[in-house]
Amino acid sequence: MAGFLELYGLSKEYMTRSGPQVAVEDFNLDIRKGEFVCLIGHSGCGKSTVLSMVAGLNSISSGGIVIDGKEIDGPGPDRGMVFQSPSLLPWLTARDNVMLAVDQVYPHASPEERSQIVEYYLSVVGLADSMEKRPGELSGGMRQRVGIARAFSLAPKVLLLDEPFGMLDSLTRLELHDVLLGLWQRDRRTALMVTHDVDEALFLSDRVVMMTSGPRARVGDILEVDFARPRKRADVLGHPDYYTLRERLIGFLADEDRERLAS
Amino acid sequence: MSTRARVIRGFEFAGLDLFVPFIRLFSGENPREQVATIVRTFGTPLVAIAVFLCAWSAIAASIETSIGAVPGPVAVWEEAKNLVAEHRQERQKEAEFYVRMEKLKEQYAAQGRPWKDRKYSGKPTYFDQIWTSLETVFAGFIIASLVAVPVGILCGLSPTFYAAVNPLIQVFKPVSPLAWLPIVMILVSGLYTSENPMFEKSFISSAVTVALCSLWPTLVNTALGVAAVDRDYLNVARVLKLSWWRTVTKIVIPSSLPLIFTGLRLSLGVGWMVLIAAEMLAQNPGLGKFVWDMFQNGSSQTLAQIMVAVATIGIIGFLLDRMMISLQRLVSYDAAAV
Repeated sequence: MAGFLELYGLSKEYMTRSGPQVAVEDFNLDIRKGEFVCLIGHSGCGKSTVLSMVAGLNSISSGGIVIDGKEIDGPGPDRGMVFQSPSLLPWLTARDNVMLAVDQVYPHASPEERSQIVEYYLSVVGLADSMEKRPGELSGGMRQRVGIARAFSLAPKVLLLDEPFGMLDSLTRLELHDVLLGLWQRDRRTALMVTHDVDEALFLSDRVVMMTSGPRARVGDILEVDFARPRKRADVLGHPDYYTLRERLIGFLADEDRERLAS
Repeated sequence: MSTRARVIRGFEFAGLDLFVPFIRLFSGENPREQVATIVRTFGTPLVAIAVFLCAWSAIAASIETSIGAVPGPVAVWEEAKNLVAEHRQERQKEAEFYVRMEKLKEQYAAQGRPWKDRKYSGKPTYFDQIWTSLETVFAGFIIASLVAVPVGILCGLSPTFYAAVNPLIQVFKPVSPLAWLPIVMILVSGLYTSENPMFEKSFISSAVTVALCSLWPTLVNTALGVAAVDRDYLNVARVLKLSWWRTVTKIVIPSSLPLIFTGLRLSLGVGWMVLIAAEMLAQNPGLGKFVWDMFQNGSSQTLAQIMVAVATIGIIGFLLDRMMISLQRLVSYDAAAV
């Protein structure tokens, strides 16, 4: 079955001084519509490279990416991106940051309609009272909430999340997991997220794709995670399969580590 | 925010951080610390100024020139007061002139004779000259900014364009105003030949010379700021597929505003410095011409009057800089918060 988001034979070669360096090689992945997939692997393994190729921010050396039957060509607002650093524009308020995105995807909507969309997403992520604040006045967690609201406000075909919680403390991270899942649960957009946090991957995703360590990174193994949705953290943690799945993930990463050290 | 905090913020914004300890002191906030701050920020400069004045006084008294002794601070202060008094007198005369003209006009009307308005043509006072200088420097500064900011943005956006114009920038940047001025004057008298000129030729020559010399810091800083726009911001633009124009206006310009303003501030400083030289040669009726005229005059007051001009130029330059710092604060955002 062809997926909604298809990555086939994807490779990335960088030119370095010592010749070409293959970061990702023959990476194949099919993602169904409405599926939440996490890419996990050691840092520097090329998982962010894969994601930024899907976003269109990084050129593809060979292979290709198909979204909803169309090959991608450069970046576009059909893919909502949440960056590792929230990448908000510091001179704009939270509202205007989201508005920049909304203006772009709803060019024909009236100003009232647009600000309704902006306000809707900002209040869903819990920022109803902070819309007029600038990023400088918001905490790290709040900034990333704006980033999430911005990505969802595009109503994208695919959501791309590049370690979106990597710079947050663990309590804020747990809060934002719920914010993210709450939003995602509403219309189940196809989502691809990069992370190196095992528990985060298990709690959020339907499938966890484990990448081998680079260079020449590829899909090592895929783990199906079928906890019932909507998910509650306590239920997931208390699920009898949770630790088996976690074991497999950590086992894979540990093996990769050993191989990397050996080579 | 309390009133006090608001006042303090207002002061800091206006570039008057120096006075913040006074506000804190009067509101009874940790008096000992505030007094220490005040002594440090006011006491030491005051001592330094006092030492400077004494040294000036002592040295001046011992130097004889062809036009008398070098004036000390007291003589210069007297001269400054003279210039103010002269200004008042001149204004008085002007007012009287217009009163006379009003009366004359009524007489003419009563006799049915035609009347033509006449303007007072007394000599410009010191304050008129300061005003002319300010007008000239801002005219030049605006011309410079209108050229430098767009060109700087293009330079920052396109490495090819920057590579193309960079040699020109490097060559023209160090050229002195004294070299530009003759060219500008000849061009202005050749090109600006309206019957009823809105501006004096000397004004235009001075302003254009100021522009030519002061546009470089803005150009270079703008190019730098635009080229250094955070990649994250540009990625946002790419993901959202913003048009070129929206990327420039919504992301590139706002993000480089702080550096653009750094450039503008430097430009205004350079412009003010260059202006005096330009006015001297172009005979634009401003401070530069004042200094030149006094020099030609060679009276016993010459040196004191020029020294007043020097102090005026310095203080105005300082105030212009403060003004630009405040503007700069207005446009700068917290870059740490991405």
